[in-house]
Amino acid sequence: MANHPDAAKTGDLKLSSITKSFGDFLAVDDLDLVIPKGSFFALLGPSGCGKTTTLRMIAGLEEPTSGKIYLGDTDLTDTKSYRRPVNTVFQNYALFPHLTIFENVAFGLRRRGIKEVKESVEKVLALVELAHLRDRKPTQLSGGQQQRIAVARAIVNRPALLLLDEPLGALDLKLRRQMQIELKWIQTEVGITFVHVTHDQEEAMTMADTIAVMNEGRIEQLGSPADLYENPKTAFVANFLGQSNFIKGTVESTSGADQFVNLQGTRIAIPAARNSSTHKSLLVGIRPEKFRIHNVGDATTGNKLEGGVVTDISFVGVSTQYQVEMPWKQELMIFEQNDGGAPNLRKGDAVTLSWEPHFTFALDGDEDVKSGLAGVDGE
Amino acid sequence: MTRWLSKNLIRIYAALAFIYLFIPVAYTMAFSFNDSGKRNLIWQGFTFKNWLNPCGAPEVCTALGNSIKIGFLATLFSTILGTMIAFALGRYSFRGRNTTNLLIFLPMATPEIVLGASLLAMFLNLGINPGFWTTVIAHVMFCISFVVVTVKARIASLDPKLEEAARDLYATEWQTFRRVTLPLVAPGIAAAALLAFSLSFDDFIITNFNSGTVNTFPKFVWVSSARGVPAQANVIGSAMFLIALAIVISAQIYSSAKARRLQKKH
Repeated sequence: MANHPDAAKTGDLKLSSITKSFGDFLAVDDLDLVIPKGSFFALLGPSGCGKTTTLRMIAGLEEPTSGKIYLGDTDLTDTKSYRRPVNTVFQNYALFPHLTIFENVAFGLRRRGIKEVKESVEKVLALVELAHLRDRKPTQLSGGQQQRIAVARAIVNRPALLLLDEPLGALDLKLRRQMQIELKWIQTEVGITFVHVTHDQEEAMTMADTIAVMNEGRIEQLGSPADLYENPKTAFVANFLGQSNFIKGTVESTSGADQFVNLQGTRIAIPAARNSSTHKSLLVGIRPEKFRIHNVGDATTGNKLEGGVVTDISFVGVSTQYQVEMPWKQELMIFEQNDGGAPNLRKGDAVTLSWEPHFTFALDGDEDVKSGLAGVDGE
Repeated sequence: MTRWLSKNLIRIYAALAFIYLFIPVAYTMAFSFNDSGKRNLIWQGFTFKNWLNPCGAPEVCTALGNSIKIGFLATLFSTILGTMIAFALGRYSFRGRNTTNLLIFLPMATPEIVLGASLLAMFLNLGINPGFWTTVIAHVMFCISFVVVTVKARIASLDPKLEEAARDLYATEWQTFRRVTLPLVAPGIAAAALLAFSLSFDDFIITNFNSGTVNTFPKFVWVSSARGVPAQANVIGSAMFLIALAIVISAQIYSSAKARRLQKKH
């Protein structure tokens, strides 16, 4: 009989130099990761980045080629999946088709030799608001209902760790939004550590406290959603989370906390803390919504780029999106809120762009500006 | 007229197809009520006599009993062995798996007459006298292939994620098999067992070679056909057909009643 370690005694999940290869293919490459107890943690990345393999190794469904997995001080690396205090919500739910909803939810409790399951099962069914469906079979439920039963079947066991493998991938957009809020609420309610794997950046940002962006078996960057968005350290992260304008520049001088950069002939300031590169040649990133657009000659604050020409305007309700061609023949993208702040512009108008220096981020000049874009297109 | 025809053509076609399929069965059934005496070839008049005394003809019930015993044992062994082979082939990759897959098909593709004759030669070479057990062994041999193919199809349609989910939910390997895999594969195993029984019960060619003096129902019918099959054979044939039909109909009624119950509940 599988014993269930007391979840309260466990601590942070630690992955130490985890590597997994399938033949010649390196799915996870020397990964180190600490997931704090009680957090909502997201592994975000395009398909094939190794996030699901990482999750399966935590669940014990896949064995790491090398490296160790710890939960608190316990080494779980060689523990069978059925002895780990870890439960999974599978991508297509994997509900047992031959069992009723009640028996599906009771499955884990019964396997652990618990006789009195009725109360726990009914409580968790009430939590996901599906108590009235207890005698149905999974195929008689809608996608959203199946999803909630899959969550209930996992959390009824009070695991130390709940793993969610693209749990909302099979739902339509509206239902997905609703379930994002619901999952977040459930996590706060039960206080279990959630590890959530997804390729949807919006889903990760909405739900997770901390996101690890994965690419090619490695973690590109780890941080809070706001931190990753405002201060990406690689072009991949900048492109995978939102949109960016990248302009090539060179460092001219540093004075105190500020760095001065020659941006295609214009001198601009960047807080040194927002430059993650030590190189002289930089890739300067500015998010489209950070730009302000002005008529030529208007007063501006912060950094300024002159000589732009509007080549395209599209009105999208809350904002207007402009394409502006710069003197060095690069098209920049600018989003302006439709709050009356921006001038009335037409195609062909000459404009000046400005932005606050602390919204700038700088990367190594040799970063690939297209990196991570395929993942965005794929969604 | 053409319009009526084009509208009803498919019904006419279906009716004709069913008539074609059921005339032999109807004929068999009708002649089980023939007051025939020894030769059941010409209609002599209606009687319940044969149905009231199905074992009336000499040997008929001994042969039937043997067929049921052989069928039961062949089904038991071939279902167990075949299911195990199907799991091995469907779930694990090992050296020689493709070859095994191919070899499993061989008994299905080989003419029965050849199989029967070779088996007899083998038994005689080994010094085993053909009889009850040689028949069982021969039947298990040709039933296994069908069991493997049927069960393997079911296993292939099984989502491996379900077994992972069970392991994730604290089920050991054995519990996963017992609680998830087996219940989900069970319909396939049941279908395979039914198929094995009907193949064994029905078999004449291989049985004729390998059963020695043991009489089975097909053998009995074949031997007696030389002088006219007794009406009791028709009774037994008709009864088997009716039993099978009753099972199918009650399964249908049960499942539709269950579906209705579920509908009503919610």
